[in-house]
Amino acid sequence: MRVALMVTCINDALYPETGKAVVTLLRRLGVDVEFPAGQTCCGQPMVNTGYLDEAVPVVRTFVSAFEGYDAVVAPSGSCAGSARHQHSLVARRSGDAALVEAVGELSPRVHELSEFLVDVLGVEDVGAYFPHTVTYHPTCHSLRMLGVGDRPTRLLRNVRGLRLLELPNATECCGFGGTFAMKNADTSVAMGADKARHVRSTGAEVVVAGDNSCLTHIGGVLSRQRSGVRVMHLAEVLAATA
Amino acid sequence: MTATFVGMPPFPEAARVALSDSQLRSNLAHATSTIRAKRVAVVSEVDAWEELRLAGAAIKDNTLLHLDEHLLRLEESLTANGATVHWARDAAEANAVVADVARSHGADEVVKVKSMATQEIGLNEALAEQGIAAWETDLAELIVQLGDDLPSHILVPAIHRNRSEIQQIFTRHMAEAGRPAPDDLTDEPARLAEAARLHLREKFLRAKVGVSGANFAVADTGTLVVVESEGNGRMCLTLPEVLVSVVGIEKVVPTWSDLDVFLQLLPRSSTGERMNPYTSTWSGVTKGDGPQEVHVVLLDNGRTRALADEVGRQALRCIRCSACLNVCPVYERTGGHAYGSVYPGPIGAILNPLLRGVGNDEQTDSLPYASSLCGACFEVCPVRIDIPSVLVDLRAKVVDAHRGGIPKPEALAMKAASLAFSSGRLTGAAERMAGMAGRVLARGRTGPGGRWLLSRLPGASSWTNARDLPVPPAESFRAWWRRTGGGRR
Repeated sequence: MRVALMVTCINDALYPETGKAVVTLLRRLGVDVEFPAGQTCCGQPMVNTGYLDEAVPVVRTFVSAFEGYDAVVAPSGSCAGSARHQHSLVARRSGDAALVEAVGELSPRVHELSEFLVDVLGVEDVGAYFPHTVTYHPTCHSLRMLGVGDRPTRLLRNVRGLRLLELPNATECCGFGGTFAMKNADTSVAMGADKARHVRSTGAEVVVAGDNSCLTHIGGVLSRQRSGVRVMHLAEVLAATA
Repeated sequence: MTATFVGMPPFPEAARVALSDSQLRSNLAHATSTIRAKRVAVVSEVDAWEELRLAGAAIKDNTLLHLDEHLLRLEESLTANGATVHWARDAAEANAVVADVARSHGADEVVKVKSMATQEIGLNEALAEQGIAAWETDLAELIVQLGDDLPSHILVPAIHRNRSEIQQIFTRHMAEAGRPAPDDLTDEPARLAEAARLHLREKFLRAKVGVSGANFAVADTGTLVVVESEGNGRMCLTLPEVLVSVVGIEKVVPTWSDLDVFLQLLPRSSTGERMNPYTSTWSGVTKGDGPQEVHVVLLDNGRTRALADEVGRQALRCIRCSACLNVCPVYERTGGHAYGSVYPGPIGAILNPLLRGVGNDEQTDSLPYASSLCGACFEVCPVRIDIPSVLVDLRAKVVDAHRGGIPKPEALAMKAASLAFSSGRLTGAAERMAGMAGRVLARGRTGPGGRWLLSRLPGASSWTNARDLPVPPAESFRAWWRRTGGGRR
């Protein structure tokens, strides 16, 4: 099985440690993951802001980077969701039947990290060690667009040394929402402040999620509050060993 | 009522004002969390809930597919039952029908059942211009009307008020509209309800003309259905001599048995009850029983425009339950007024642009963006309206409507991103530039893990006003992979 890492543009530019963690983790589980250098972005920032024409070349690039692989793994529910549920929309907009067909074939092979680990590799204990108190925020797109369910927390419960604390109102959106965070900044921050309040009420040292975009927002609020709570991607926790 | 949604600013501005109202925030958080919990409890006890949702969506979709036929059938049945059917293309035509009926009976007042369609067309204001007073008899609508306020929720229009605010409104304003509130009124719910009951009773007994909407209109039998909690609707539907009902054309269902599905879906989704206390059905005129003159106004007002939208037409399935408002994290914080319409929340964010069309005014165009696309609305919608997908589609329509002119900074940024993301090489180059710029701008503050943080970033103050931003790292993932051969060198 040829497996490609879809690192996502935000991890590539801002959070390379998350990408490295996926590589470490997958190699530990015997997967020789490759990084197709032609990859860029899933196109979601354009699609969700209404710029479908602008998303067409991005989706074309996505297809040509990943179409040769049996599985594509992304450390992001949102970007995997975009590939699985929005690329067909962009392809239809392009009017290019070949692109529509290529997207239709590729999309189902794109997996969010916890889906890939649990469903494709069949692993729930990845042999990680992380001696900290953690609370988990289920990101909206992983939860509602992909339906990852409790896969991430099943993985976390098997991490040695980790104590998982329940996050109040966990399934409520953190308020990031892509360009929503800028276009409706006041509402976004009001939502983020409530999420930060719930995170702090758990007393956890670290808040973990499967999307660094949401964590940029939650972490940005927690940092501005000088809360001392760290944000960390699920992949980095699962990659950690003694 | 003189309050109006006309001239409301775009959503972000209106939301900013609402967010600073801490009383509103606390009233809404309390009310929505209570009703959310009630809904979850009564929905989770129905094993076939998903099947019911699918059935509800399918009935509505099939009906919309042959809407013309079902409407003609409805007209035929209603007419056979002794009702007079009027067709209204827009608000002005519908309002004129109601005013004409009231005037033809020499009425200077009407009593109203809670109705979204009549709110949508601004019926009360239109009647007031003709010297006809329209009295709201639903408790929450009464609170809104007496307070010269605007509704902020579909089901609970006064959700933004708490009980002590309601006591003040009753004490100050009831006398202006009829029987005054008792001098010793307190904010106990039972006392407030009693004051409203006494105030409304004289209106029920006096009014010659009743005005309603309808939750459903059954084509086969020519039956209108009103679903309510308080019984005030039943009073308006039975006591006056004349009844006028303004019904959106999407309210039609083909047969009586279709109600089986919707009367299970609606109460559980809206009030969080297994069954609503009052379900009134009437089929035209019944001799010697209830109103002896019955009018039905079938209202388009943008619905055929929405129907023509392949993605958006699913919004016409809406049964106005409000479940999407109650779970929406945006609505919970901004309240309903920020949406500038009688249809607030997620459904309002799609329905208003679909009814009015996009590209004409900034306020309407701002609504599809009033969402983080979290998807909680779709999850609870009893007729499975995929609100996030419709929002995204409407955003594309807003953008497309503005293509061709001088591009806004956002459009330029999207074009630049589109170019940068068209190849891995260009993306890498853009990352190197962003990384250098970020490190130049960094003020030296470090966050957990020793990461540099930006507390200010020119051009991105809407982010950094309240949130720190990590500085791009010295090396992108892509650069690391190339330099180290994927960490193997």
